[in-house]
Amino acid sequence: MSIMTWTWIMVGITFSVYIGIAIWSKARSTGDFYVAARQVHPVLNGMATGADWMSAASFISMAGMISFLGRDGSMYLMGWTGGYVLLAMLLAPYLRKYGKFTVPMFVGERYYSQVARTVAVICAIFVSFVYVAGQMRGVGVVFSRFLEVDINTGVLIGMAIVFFYAVLGGMKGITYTQVAQYCVLITAYLIPAIFISLMFTGIPIPQIGLGAALSEAGQRLLNSDPGFLLEKLDQIQRDLGLPAFTSGIKPKIDVFAITLTLMVGTAGLPHIIIRFFTTPKVKDARASAGWALLFIAILYTTAPAVGAFAKLNFIKTVHGKSYAEAPSWFKNWEKTGLVAWVDKNGDGKMQYGPGKPFKGKPIFVKDENGNFVRGEHGQLLVKNEIIKDSPNELYVDRDIMVLANPEIAKLPAWVVALVAAGGLAAALSTAAGLLLVISSALSHDLLKNVLAPQISERTELLAARIAAAIAVVIAGYFGIHPPGFVAQVVAFAFGLAASSFFPILVLGVFWRRTTKEGAIAGMLSGIIFTAAYIIYFKFINPAANNPAHWWFGISPEGIGMIGMIINFIVTTVVSLLTKEPPKEVQEMVLKLRYPKEM
Amino acid sequence: MSLSKEQMQSYWRKNLKYIVVLLAIWFTVSYLCGIIFVDVLDKIKLGGYPLGFWFACQGSEMIFVVLIAVYVKLMNKLDKEFGVAEI
Repeated sequence: MSIMTWTWIMVGITFSVYIGIAIWSKARSTGDFYVAARQVHPVLNGMATGADWMSAASFISMAGMISFLGRDGSMYLMGWTGGYVLLAMLLAPYLRKYGKFTVPMFVGERYYSQVARTVAVICAIFVSFVYVAGQMRGVGVVFSRFLEVDINTGVLIGMAIVFFYAVLGGMKGITYTQVAQYCVLITAYLIPAIFISLMFTGIPIPQIGLGAALSEAGQRLLNSDPGFLLEKLDQIQRDLGLPAFTSGIKPKIDVFAITLTLMVGTAGLPHIIIRFFTTPKVKDARASAGWALLFIAILYTTAPAVGAFAKLNFIKTVHGKSYAEAPSWFKNWEKTGLVAWVDKNGDGKMQYGPGKPFKGKPIFVKDENGNFVRGEHGQLLVKNEIIKDSPNELYVDRDIMVLANPEIAKLPAWVVALVAAGGLAAALSTAAGLLLVISSALSHDLLKNVLAPQISERTELLAARIAAAIAVVIAGYFGIHPPGFVAQVVAFAFGLAASSFFPILVLGVFWRRTTKEGAIAGMLSGIIFTAAYIIYFKFINPAANNPAHWWFGISPEGIGMIGMIINFIVTTVVSLLTKEPPKEVQEMVLKLRYPKEM
Repeated sequence: MSLSKEQMQSYWRKNLKYIVVLLAIWFTVSYLCGIIFVDVLDKIKLGGYPLGFWFACQGSEMIFVVLIAVYVKLMNKLDKEFGVAEI
């Protein structure tokens, strides 16, 4: 059977499972809809959190990002895992003890203020929408890559599926589909990684294989001398004029700031925090953060191995070869524009090196029938403007480092299909989690608590479903018509979450003297500072976006760290200057500390 | 259920102590070993891994998981000891 047939089968099976789960787990109350009736076992909640957390970008792009960034890529690995330690110790158990449905609700009650709650609702909706638009786009991209359907059709199919289980099942439906989606995505990620590790090093565990020596078979495949795989990769990169894989070139202060921003941002993202509201007990909330991190770390520690294996394989089997000698995966993926070659020096060999081969993504020359036009060696010709002063002749999209792996490892067609299903699972699960935050913010925080407190539970449940449905449609709209700013802003969702939510949540739990004036001033100063810095360097004056102009050498990606510090300072100082919180609020904060009702 | 004020404070102080110690390790493995002193540690090899690189790309992530596991264990014990665990 062809890869395409297998892919349709695999996608069909997984989607039926998701729909089956949705029907089985239909939400019957608002408790079901918002927090899955607090019946989710910590291990299952860990899996659901893992799927919620790992987006299409983690699944498809992470390994490739590391293969090009080398050690600097570790800021994403550490940054997107370390936040769970903060969650487990500083937030999850206490917010679970609080025992309500949403993050803005906690903010509103802890800071005895509708203003604080409204600010929190706006932050939560903004952060989630920015994030979800990228996910819906991701669903479309995965569809178009594997099934050769139009990206927009892919977005529509994705919308229909998410619509079904998010609207019907709410948090309950989302949680159990996410568990299934985690299983699909981790299997799809690990199988090619294990086989590639075996192929090059003879060791089936990629985390160990990365630090091992090349096996004899690996040396033959890569036409290499014996030695440690990482040393070979370092050496080969240096020979080509690239920095060694295990070295970093980014300034340490910026790596530090970005890592901290990502960690703290993780702990401040509403769609992650609410996952810990679904466990039966406080101790389960702690345990579930641990399980979540374990399930995430399995993928995140495999990613650098995948990145290194694929990069070494890429250079060894493509660089210096003629087009005719290039491996078959190279030609297969060339058609999708993930790789391209321009013969700058006319020697008929493909040369890889520092710099870019041409401007932008490849645009292939086509004849009047829409067929590709091939050059004298058989390569697809591109229209892009060639960059002459770079010796590099190869365009390589980072996604190829994951997508081509099953073919590199010569795995059967159904594994390629499984990777497609995995990519879709990653994108859908993250989108669904975000949609729930938007839905509950609208129906619970706005409707039930501000606009119409007298509505019955039935009406509220209906409103929650309608809100989820509207959110799906809006997210789908942005997926089909991505506003230019989304791609740029997504990376900053962490900075915004780090500088707005995290400090006031932690202080709200650990320091009962924190006042509403302090929290509102802190949230606003943190988010305004961070947003202003990002907007200045990204939109108003992009020409100045370089280390010479950055404050303390911190890039816009890492500025959330400073925003967070400002938030902490402002909240503390203003709290000390204002009247202490009412007695009952201080009592409530004290009660958060003890799992049992005191 | 009545816990004396001192007992309640003592429970909370122990929790804070655990958090401070574990977050100190969290900071050390990632920010110190994986970022600030990474080049010094890279001179030491762990198989094919330069040590600093290992901390940044593998070790920190694995140690984070262990830190949460330890915290969960410690707190479950502490909850029982002070009788504040949920039934």
